[in-house]
Amino acid sequence: MATIYIDDKPFEVPEGKNLLETCLNLKEDLPYFCWHPAMGSVGACRQCAVTVYKDENDKVGRLMMSCMEPVRDGMRLSIKNQQAKDFRNNVIGWLMTNHPHDCAVCDEGGSCHLQDMTVMTGHTYRKYSFDKKTYRNQYLGPFLNHEMNRCIQCYRCVRYYKDYAGGKDLDVFGAHNHLYFGRAEEGVLESEFSGNLAEVCPTGVFTDKTLKQHYTRKWDLTTAPSVCHHCSLGCNTIAGERYGTLRNITTRYNGEVNGYFLCDRGRFGYEFVNSAARIRKPLVRSQLPEATTKEHALQEAAGMISKGRVIGIGSPRASVESNFVLKTLVGEDNFYLGVSEPDHDLVEFNLRVLRETKAHILSLREVEKCDAVLILGEDLTNTAPMLALAVRQSVRQQPLEEVAALKIPLWQDAAARELIQDKKGPLYIATFNPTKLDEVATEIFNATPAEIARLGFAIANKITGQPSEVNDLGKAEEDLAAQIAEALLLAKRPAIISGTHGGRESIIKAAANIANALHDKGKEAGIMLTAPECNSMGLDMLGSHRLESAFAVMEHGEADTVIILENDLYRRACSDEVNKFFEQCKNVIVLDHLHTPTTERANVLLSAGTFAESDGTLVNNEGRAQRFYQVYPTSEDLQESWRWLMQLGAAIEHKQMLGWSTFDDILPAIVVAHPELKGIERVTPSADFRIAGQKIPRETHRFSGRTSMNAGMNVSEPKPQEDPDSPLTFTMEGYRGQAPSSIIPFFWSPGWNSQQAINKYQEEIGGPLHGGDPGIRMIEKTEQSIGTHFSEAPEHFQPLADHLFMVPVYHTFGSEELSAQAPAIAQLTPEPYLILNVTDALELKLEEGQHLTFKIGELMYHLPIKISMTITRGTAGLPVGLPGVPFAELPGWAILNKDLIWKQKPQAIS
Amino acid sequence: MFSLLRTMWLTFLHAFHKRDTILYPEQKPILPTRWRGRIVLSRDPDGGERCVACNLCAAACPVDCISLQATEDPTGRRYPEFFRINFSRCIFCGYCEEACPTYAIQLIPDFEMGEYNRQNLVYEKKDLLINGQGKYHGYNYYRVAGMAIGGKDKGEAENETPPVDVKSLMP
Repeated sequence: MATIYIDDKPFEVPEGKNLLETCLNLKEDLPYFCWHPAMGSVGACRQCAVTVYKDENDKVGRLMMSCMEPVRDGMRLSIKNQQAKDFRNNVIGWLMTNHPHDCAVCDEGGSCHLQDMTVMTGHTYRKYSFDKKTYRNQYLGPFLNHEMNRCIQCYRCVRYYKDYAGGKDLDVFGAHNHLYFGRAEEGVLESEFSGNLAEVCPTGVFTDKTLKQHYTRKWDLTTAPSVCHHCSLGCNTIAGERYGTLRNITTRYNGEVNGYFLCDRGRFGYEFVNSAARIRKPLVRSQLPEATTKEHALQEAAGMISKGRVIGIGSPRASVESNFVLKTLVGEDNFYLGVSEPDHDLVEFNLRVLRETKAHILSLREVEKCDAVLILGEDLTNTAPMLALAVRQSVRQQPLEEVAALKIPLWQDAAARELIQDKKGPLYIATFNPTKLDEVATEIFNATPAEIARLGFAIANKITGQPSEVNDLGKAEEDLAAQIAEALLLAKRPAIISGTHGGRESIIKAAANIANALHDKGKEAGIMLTAPECNSMGLDMLGSHRLESAFAVMEHGEADTVIILENDLYRRACSDEVNKFFEQCKNVIVLDHLHTPTTERANVLLSAGTFAESDGTLVNNEGRAQRFYQVYPTSEDLQESWRWLMQLGAAIEHKQMLGWSTFDDILPAIVVAHPELKGIERVTPSADFRIAGQKIPRETHRFSGRTSMNAGMNVSEPKPQEDPDSPLTFTMEGYRGQAPSSIIPFFWSPGWNSQQAINKYQEEIGGPLHGGDPGIRMIEKTEQSIGTHFSEAPEHFQPLADHLFMVPVYHTFGSEELSAQAPAIAQLTPEPYLILNVTDALELKLEEGQHLTFKIGELMYHLPIKISMTITRGTAGLPVGLPGVPFAELPGWAILNKDLIWKQKPQAIS
Repeated sequence: MFSLLRTMWLTFLHAFHKRDTILYPEQKPILPTRWRGRIVLSRDPDGGERCVACNLCAAACPVDCISLQATEDPTGRRYPEFFRINFSRCIFCGYCEEACPTYAIQLIPDFEMGEYNRQNLVYEKKDLLINGQGKYHGYNYYRVAGMAIGGKDKGEAENETPPVDVKSLMP
């Protein structure tokens, strides 16, 4: 600790940080542009100047850029000194010379760092009255809007895009005062993390294009803390609504999960909520018109449930609460997890590995700090994008040690990068296909699932020094295994990343073995396993039967009614099987928010709320339970799935559900029924939580149009809806200070209207939020964590004649069900295809783009091929979840047969 | 006693004074142009809608009686998709006019807005938009702003240089 004097007041501050960060830590208002907490300092904008004094007798002092100056004990500085204030005022005056007169039509206005800093420095009137420079804009794809006139040349965008996120196609062009930040030529930005530019840019050069289509100022949004539903990582988001539609998603800082950033799938995938394919009213299919009232739909559904045996099918994209209420409603024996066969086993195995491993279960932010990474079977950029971004930071850890050894502070970004150049820490990737992360990898191993698992087992053996469990391992693989083992043993905090997308238990087994072996060698080894969907882990913790058994039960006539919760079964099993299942069901009750092939089969369809219209808890891939809140009030006909099911329970007078009416009634019941989920009731404060007797408002104090927005329909204003499930209000009335970290509806602080207000909510810059980061880990180390050693390394992959071994290929845009419905994401979703090895293609006499007909199970496929040099012979890559690619259990064998004749019809259901 | 009589005398004298009240509605009052009455949305000198849907009037409104939604025409010009003022809530404070960066929203000297039905006091854009510039003549926001819109490309606004040639190395 060091003592520094700011304006003659002493402060105890940690050493090693820069002055700007220290001042912001102390909640002082000091303007800055080019500095970013995740990216360090470069001293480019000269905005954060302070006066530093030699000693207490020095009355003159000298100006210094606070972001470039380390804290020294006994240092004296002044933020309020007139000299420094004038300097900052002049700097912003210069930065603003070419800034256009655009605020009124600029999407950044109201959450603009440049506006905030201009006000903070007191640069009230422009002194510059000459001509301004103008620039042509570029088309940058469906996510971002470009308005280059507004640029203040702070370089944050290229530093983020190139240095932090590893993008290649955004750069700075031109010279001296003609700088241009954009692409070499117009086109879609290639990075999956481009959306963060909208938040990184301190002004309106890059803005959210999807928000522009229904533009709303930040102060007019009704916002609530939410959790991203588009992959298993559970990044924290803030969802904003206006006039009944969801308007945008912004980052909700969580020091342990996503930090300052989000991926584009999470940021732009929200528009499915506003989709025309939404189910907004309950439907009863036995009558015309089908749309009906809530009461009638409930009555119909209750009628179906009360006679005969009922089974329930849960969903990994529904909250823990919804699944639990369904499980309670139908009874434990009649509850089935609505996940495909492979996913069921893999997630269950994931959970077992996490519970039993001796290694540390990594959080997303911890991966950034690991200094050696091994990825087994996961194309992270496409399956868990933010994890790929974290891995890109981890490859810098080992080179950064050199920087630290030279006593250069790590936040000296330009100096550190100059020293590091292209040096990368160890990153080993074993996947089926080349991935985007390969460019930063030390070694890449492209092979079949079996070979990847074999390599993994071999590495574990090399680490422990035991004889190899893997039969007839090739020389090349053996050498690679030795190299990887050595690199992992040299590291301090090695990370092993694997997950369910590899499609094989043996790959996860290998990953667990390696992590345990490293732990035994005294390393701070960490393990991270991805899961298929946002609540796959939560659903599995509730535990129950397979989807197959549900089909069997129906086939044997042991049940007649099925309740399907937010699930499209055609994405979980082969369409023939699902069709057969539905034909055997007497009654089908479906709760969902989007029309899917499954909802077509429903007799009663109940309109469930999406994440923006529901409260719930999700358990992410590391077992962290996180709560998402309803963003805006809905009409009576649209409500949370758990509320529908609760009302169904009340209608049939279900004994266990007596007296349940709000969210808080479910949580204690979950803990009683599932002790492993203990702690879920403490994730957020309960609905009766108050600060100074007040709830927390979802709307800002500047929220406008309260007495006018509904006046078009009726000038008499209705009473605002109350929220019985949370300590948040749907209005602007309530406590105005900082809310507890798990219920922060928006980041705002006086003078800080942009996202940068996060600084005021953190215990320290880049650290946890006040009161600790939200979310509670459900999986902690216990005496069960014995680090089970898994044996049974698989045998070599053997190609089969007239067969292709299909491996899954995931896509950031398109593979996930909900986000694929968002128009912006849909624009970037690829057309269906099949990846084929070049020799296989030659043998089949196929050229790129020609169609190949094949059969998986009973289902025929007919897809254009893409030729790959790297995919193993005898295997082929089939995209998962894309529109037009029906479900198949992957990895698995496909039959190639010249007798197969493709007919247009069978592919109707996707 | 004296004060009582004096008061009566002064009151009596008023009978011969010039009348201060006017016989509204037969006789109309003369109001200054700065009088804060009914709110209108004006047009710029080219006849385009002045309002750019920046939401500042709505944010400034102390009774929150203005609501609007921004949208854009194909050329990038921003305008309100709807613009609604609930005059049954309006207190005619004029903050909206002060906040307006484009002189679009203006309070005019007209107060005759009595209605029997409160719903009729909800004015939509068609009720608010006038066919002129109102009190402030000659101002056209898009001639000053840097955005390119239909009829005004980059570099064609006031005090702007033509778009930068990125490939040029000239100073």
